Amino acid sequence: MSEMKIVSGNYASAYGAKLSRAEVVAAYPITPQTEVVEKIASLVAEGEMDAEFIKVESEHSAMAASIAASNTGARAYTATSAHGLALMHELLMWASGARLPIVMTNINRAMGPPWSVWADHHDTLAQKGTGQLQFFCENNQEVLDSVIMAYKICEDEEIMLPGMIVEDAFILSHTKEPVEIYDQELVDDFLPPYDPDYKLDVDQPLGFGSLGMPDWYMDFRYKIFEAMEKVPDKVEEVNKEFEEVFGRDPGGLIEEYKTDGVDVLIVTMGSISSTSKDVIDELREEGHNIGLARLRTFRPFPVEKFRELIKGVNVVGVLDRNYTFGHGGDAAREIKDAIYGYHDPIVKDYIVGLGGRDLTPKILKNIMEDAISLQDKGLDEEIEWVDLKINQERWRR
Amino acid sequence: MSEEEEVFRIVVDPKDHRDLPRTVITDCPSDLMNKTGSWRTLRPIVDKDKCINCGICWKFCPDVSIHVKEDGAEVDYDFCKGCGICAKECPVDAIEMKKEEDYV
Repeated sequence: MSEMKIVSGNYASAYGAKLSRAEVVAAYPITPQTEVVEKIASLVAEGEMDAEFIKVESEHSAMAASIAASNTGARAYTATSAHGLALMHELLMWASGARLPIVMTNINRAMGPPWSVWADHHDTLAQKGTGQLQFFCENNQEVLDSVIMAYKICEDEEIMLPGMIVEDAFILSHTKEPVEIYDQELVDDFLPPYDPDYKLDVDQPLGFGSLGMPDWYMDFRYKIFEAMEKVPDKVEEVNKEFEEVFGRDPGGLIEEYKTDGVDVLIVTMGSISSTSKDVIDELREEGHNIGLARLRTFRPFPVEKFRELIKGVNVVGVLDRNYTFGHGGDAAREIKDAIYGYHDPIVKDYIVGLGGRDLTPKILKNIMEDAISLQDKGLDEEIEWVDLKINQERWRR
Repeated sequence: MSEEEEVFRIVVDPKDHRDLPRTVITDCPSDLMNKTGSWRTLRPIVDKDKCINCGICWKFCPDVSIHVKEDGAEVDYDFCKGCGICAKECPVDAIEMKKEEDYV
């Protein structure tokens, strides 16, 4: 029987791994991810979860162990945050190049210095080129749902790529919400056991990850490109199937919130989306034609979907809880990239909430009103940092 | 069966990416396919009259390219990259590094 529990995002992640029947979990603790590891360790110790729990000495080793486990045909799971994810960098690329469908949770946290443990998407987005699929979650239920769905997507024989579930530090990781812990049989029907065609096997030895000379390397990389191109359709397909079985629609590539025929479109990622939706409702009641797109799948970037969504929109206001120096907010940059040559709306990039800075309904409303005002006055600044000390008065008024 | 004949891959003679497995997977010691000997600029020449068959060159060779035979050390030129460690370590100076271009 499915059961409702009040759990943190971290526990939702751990239950997601348990329900997915992850067979090997190798992880190293780091704030704010620690509870994921603790919970899984205790589930394994109490015999509630049938998995090998490997204690490793670093995140680099955690991913290395996951890669080895996945190569043997085991379903592997790990979790980390920020500096731990950065330390995994090399092996995140190894996992995708080796086509291993390892699923992990990254509890996103700001990169230091200044040292921080609070929410910020830069740690995840700095890994956007590693060949990992990236799913940003809005709430704890979606965290659990996304772990299960990620295995289904990643392990598809046409995909075979690793993926990460992303949840906001503390706002989700340590905040308890009601989460439906599904009946195991229901999950088993949805997610069959992982059974790759090639795996490490002492009876039939194979070598993995050997040299690719210049006359073949590129062709192997093209195969990853081909697989990644198939992911958007697979995400939507699995999302639909998930909805049919579990009665929930986590949003697929992009969750559309009142986007039909809007003049102004706000784009958010992660937990700020919930507060933003309330603000959207308020503005719509005031007569503004505004809607919200929650960018759920950042990798692969839903290019086609944005082209459909932004058709006829005057202003796109993108809330980026990240900043890549010398570049801009990642979501805004990639949206512009996606719609280039198709649509030409005003796109303004609002840099918000770095290092866990709070985003109140007041601030969000000021941002959205600013986006609405651009329809008449035109684009003032391409990128604006919101709620800095120098402009706090304006955004908090 | 020669070493070459024993060597085979999951995919034989792929024409393009469509014939490849999803990643580099080999069901043989794949290093045997990659004849690194072509990288060599210096070639170790063993003087079998001087060789005392001590096995030191075999032990030091980083590419496992020396085989100890009854009549002394033998270099596998398919894989020897010509680093010269064997010549440096040989206690009786039985190995001399010579220019590869004089042999090809």
